[in-house]
Amino acid sequence: MIPFSYIRAGSADEATAAGKEPATWFLAGGTNLIDLMKETVERPARLVDINQLPLDQIETLPGGGLRLGALARNADTAYHPTVEADYPLLASAILAGASPQLRNAATNGGNINQRTRCYYFYDVATPCNKREPGSGCGAINGVNRIHAILGASDQCIATHPSDMCIALAALDATVQVTGPAGQRSIPFADYHRLPGDNPSKDNTLQPGELVTAIDLPDGKFTKNYTYLKLRDRLSYAFALVSVAVAMKLEGGAISDLRVALGGVAHKPWRRPEAERQLLGRAPDDAAFSEFADALLDGAVGQGENDFKIPLARKAIQRALRQAAAGTPQSQVDKRIA
Amino acid sequence: MSTSTTASSIGQPLSRIDGPAKVTGRAKYAAEHAADGLAYGWVVSSAIAKGKVKAIHEEAARAVPGVIEILTHKNRPHVAWFDRSYRDQVAPPGEPFRALYDDEIKFSFQPLALVLAKTLEAARAAAALLRIDYIQEEPNTDFENSLEKAYVPPKKRSGIPAPASRGDAQKALDEAHLKVTADYASAAHHHNPMEMHATTVIYGSDGALTVYDKTQGSQNVKSYLVGVFGLANDKVTVRNPYVGGAFGSGLRPHYQVYLATMAALYLKRSARVTLTRQQMVSHVRRPETFQSMALGASEAGGLQSIINSAVTATSTFEDYQENVVNWGVGAYRCADAAADYKLVALDTPTPGDMRAPGAATGMTLFECAMDELSYAVGVDPLQLRLLNYAEVDPISGNPFTSKALREAYDIGAERFGWGKRPSEPRAMRDGNELTGWGMATGMWDATFQKTSARARISANGGLEVATAASDIGTGTYTIIAQVASETLGLPTANIDVKIGDSDLPASPIEGGSWMAASSSAAVQLACQSLGTRLFEAAQDLDGSPFKDIKFEAVSFNDGRIIAKDDPSRFLSITDIMKRADLPSLEVVETAGPGLSGMVSQVKKARATHSAIFAEVKVDDELGVVRVTRIVVAVAAGRILNPKTARSQIMGGVVMGMGMALHEESMMDTRFGRPMNHNFAEYHIPVNADIHGIDVIFVEEEDKEVSPLGVKGLGEIGIVGTAAAIASAVFHATGTRVRKFPITLDKLI
Ligand SMILES: Cc1cc2nc3c(=O)[nH]c(=O)nc-3n(C[C@H](O)[C@H](O)[C@H](O)COP(=O)(O)OP(=O)(O)OC[C@H]3O[C@@H](n4cnc5c(N)ncnc54)[C@H](O)[C@@H]3O)c2cc1C
Ligand code: SF4
Repeated sequence: MIPFSYIRAGSADEATAAGKEPATWFLAGGTNLIDLMKETVERPARLVDINQLPLDQIETLPGGGLRLGALARNADTAYHPTVEADYPLLASAILAGASPQLRNAATNGGNINQRTRCYYFYDVATPCNKREPGSGCGAINGVNRIHAILGASDQCIATHPSDMCIALAALDATVQVTGPAGQRSIPFADYHRLPGDNPSKDNTLQPGELVTAIDLPDGKFTKNYTYLKLRDRLSYAFALVSVAVAMKLEGGAISDLRVALGGVAHKPWRRPEAERQLLGRAPDDAAFSEFADALLDGAVGQGENDFKIPLARKAIQRALRQAAAGTPQSQVDKRIA
Repeated sequence: MSTSTTASSIGQPLSRIDGPAKVTGRAKYAAEHAADGLAYGWVVSSAIAKGKVKAIHEEAARAVPGVIEILTHKNRPHVAWFDRSYRDQVAPPGEPFRALYDDEIKFSFQPLALVLAKTLEAARAAAALLRIDYIQEEPNTDFENSLEKAYVPPKKRSGIPAPASRGDAQKALDEAHLKVTADYASAAHHHNPMEMHATTVIYGSDGALTVYDKTQGSQNVKSYLVGVFGLANDKVTVRNPYVGGAFGSGLRPHYQVYLATMAALYLKRSARVTLTRQQMVSHVRRPETFQSMALGASEAGGLQSIINSAVTATSTFEDYQENVVNWGVGAYRCADAAADYKLVALDTPTPGDMRAPGAATGMTLFECAMDELSYAVGVDPLQLRLLNYAEVDPISGNPFTSKALREAYDIGAERFGWGKRPSEPRAMRDGNELTGWGMATGMWDATFQKTSARARISANGGLEVATAASDIGTGTYTIIAQVASETLGLPTANIDVKIGDSDLPASPIEGGSWMAASSSAAVQLACQSLGTRLFEAAQDLDGSPFKDIKFEAVSFNDGRIIAKDDPSRFLSITDIMKRADLPSLEVVETAGPGLSGMVSQVKKARATHSAIFAEVKVDDELGVVRVTRIVVAVAAGRILNPKTARSQIMGGVVMGMGMALHEESMMDTRFGRPMNHNFAEYHIPVNADIHGIDVIFVEEEDKEVSPLGVKGLGEIGIVGTAAAIASAVFHATGTRVRKFPITLDKLI
């Protein structure tokens, strides 16, 4: 760890003014940032502690929907009565991630800004374009069991590791940010980006921009939903593949469908056009199989992670069956429904 | 002399006597000892696996406020010249690693510099600024693709038996009715105990060193330091009163104790070196293992031939060896057997002993082949084991001191409900999941090593028992107290157990599951001898009630010596001490294999056995494995403390589950570097992975194996567990996975 200066921001303006200086990072729960600093992966000159800002509320929006404060803790969010009642998919996804201790410390703003778990990104002795642009990608032709099968580039094959974000993507959340240029709203699908030829950038936040909240729209999926996470042990491991499904059924046909995949790409993976193809169809195996193919169209393995393609295919179909049957995956009982 | 049963007697489930100190933080570990003027060391590890250090740019690092010194191969103080000075009690043949010795790089994460500063933060910050230029060479860390380069180690590691062949196994195989051949592989495992390796060296005013080290053998480390740094024997004491787990990683002195001692001697001040979790991949590991087996059997399933060949990884500078192959050729009755063991040298640190070294892999992989044979023969896997049950040791032909394995099979199978097992795979379905049942045999040596102990009683009746043993979390403190308590009839509250100090009476290192048998024997002997002295002192007293009776006619109870046939005749120990005007009474005794009553180790075979039964549920589509039930029946002689014993077995079983499903060092063979060097990505089982583990200790009376009839339990829990799980996975799915760990991609 390298010495840095530390500021405690008293207001959002103060935070964003400080945050636009070079090598300055916001500190929320610290569960990701501090680890990366210990490994000298992140070398901030300055930390702006935002924990004093009044951004920890969870409140109903006037026009319907729910606002999750950027500093509300992951655990408080998952166990919030309105989240549990109206957005059980989100609660489930949060509880599928990390450990109780981490979820108590981690914030919503930190969660959506957490960085990849790529082994090479974490190890400064190895090349990594995300950490050090131009140094090469260690994971290509390397140890890449946990890497991307969709949307990767020849510069970077990392995945976005969050579980919460997969549910947020399926729920069409909006990220509220404030920054030197004022406030703006970013649709969740546009928040994270694909690596392309600039893997060092995970998302579309501009320098100094602070996430203040995440808004959930009114549309509730309380019956036909699931978050299915497959990993290398039954808890406390990042997803190899995860699937968030939000579905509505009317008269035996699918009337609304959102499916997002985790563990497979640099961002939560959705294909709205494939979702639309299923509207009006009966929720049966044929429809689910077609959908899985469409969602995974163009998937390529990197060697060690080739298995993710068939695994994702099966996981998508299982998750759709779970959602259609109204039997969401429990995050406590590890038997897969 | 005899005693009555109390809560602290041998065989009672006494809770750890060191528990309160551990959970309240009073127990201090190696990196927690304070010293004035302490220099904090931070190790800078090599980014490459092979080559040379071209240059080290230190300017920026030295400029960090608080930095005291940076030690590298260029400025390090003098260390011993000859390899033999670096050899320790368990070193394999070869040239032991010397940190900061020269510019040569032999493995990734090799320590290349030690930054010393007034604070840990300054040392760490400076370390991040140290820039090293390398001359790179291409490393070879690819075990799988190097098997054809395997060689027979020219020098044998002491204590490791040579591969034991008998008869003509190839001919017998050719003639056998049924043949099964199977190649299995197991990944390299990192020990990863909770406490990272660390050393605090306290530099005394007279230049004497007190070294708090994370080690399984204080005396082993002491003699190493004396050899390497040319220290006088009375100028160095090594202590390890508490050890936060080790699993074998603390058997050899590692570079942190070498560096901390070097720093203290160089700076003439106290120094500390702690490794990070990432750096825990930079010393020992359980080696990558490849095992090739051929089994020949009669139509009925009688074994006719066993050919068992294994290759394990080692480093380029030492030939680390384990007993991998003799478990297989020694587990069952079979006239013809051949064993063969080779090494592959990689550009990695030297592997080392990890819980049941050799058996955790060798016996487990062999048991997987036995499971395959059971299907080839068409006989129940347990039945196959019983058909080939070895009444005598198949290797030596000697009888066992005891072997209650048959009872273990019976009791385990009964408890598990094995009798209801359908023979075909994929026969039990429960929704999306397939259920499977598998079993395996476990085996480990039951050894007993020469150990000394001291017992001292003071005038107030307080007893101190001392031996240089280590307690790596296994319960050594507790069982020593129990043995002393029972022998002298004192409550454990009056007993102070002193271990973990090189100045104490000689003890072997804590490993090989010999600690309980050895230290209990030494402590019992010392306490018996102290009891005799107390009795003699009592007899000498004016008006002694014991004038006319012999030692055999008294018992020790409640702090008193009591005539057995007349309990009104007694003297309390404090009374004896006072009336005899004794401030204290002290004896030192040594117990060893030659002790009277103990049969010679060469005339009888001695082993701990187990029968493990596993139930798994596997999602048929998604390959997710859940181990829903384990029953393990263990025949390990006398159980000193069923509570600590059960914990040892449970821990071993959980580690076996990790071997079966999770643990794997992921090597990038281009860089020669293990990449998952943290606990987020190096997976071991978590609570959600663990369901019921039913531990049963089978009655096994054994008067020959060790003085107290104890066999030791530290390793047996892991042996065979992964085979039982893999067999259950096959029984569930019909898919045979021959490469551990069994991750879900291998089942979809
Ligand atoms: C061992 C381990 C296992 C884990 N397992 C999982 C898992 O299975 N699933 C999962 O989803 N997650 C997992 N996590 C990750 C965990 O969810 C994240 O570390 C956590 O959500 C980050 O939140 P934080 O508040 O601690 O962020 P911090 O560490 O404080 O910050 C993370 C990043 O976000 C930036 N940031 C924080 N707040 C804001 C804001 N308001 N505006 C703009 N930028 C901001 C910071 O500058 C920093 O770059 C795991 C973490 C660990 C250590
Ligand atoms: S995949 Fe991305 S994060 Fe990983 S090494 Fe390549 S560039 Fe770095």
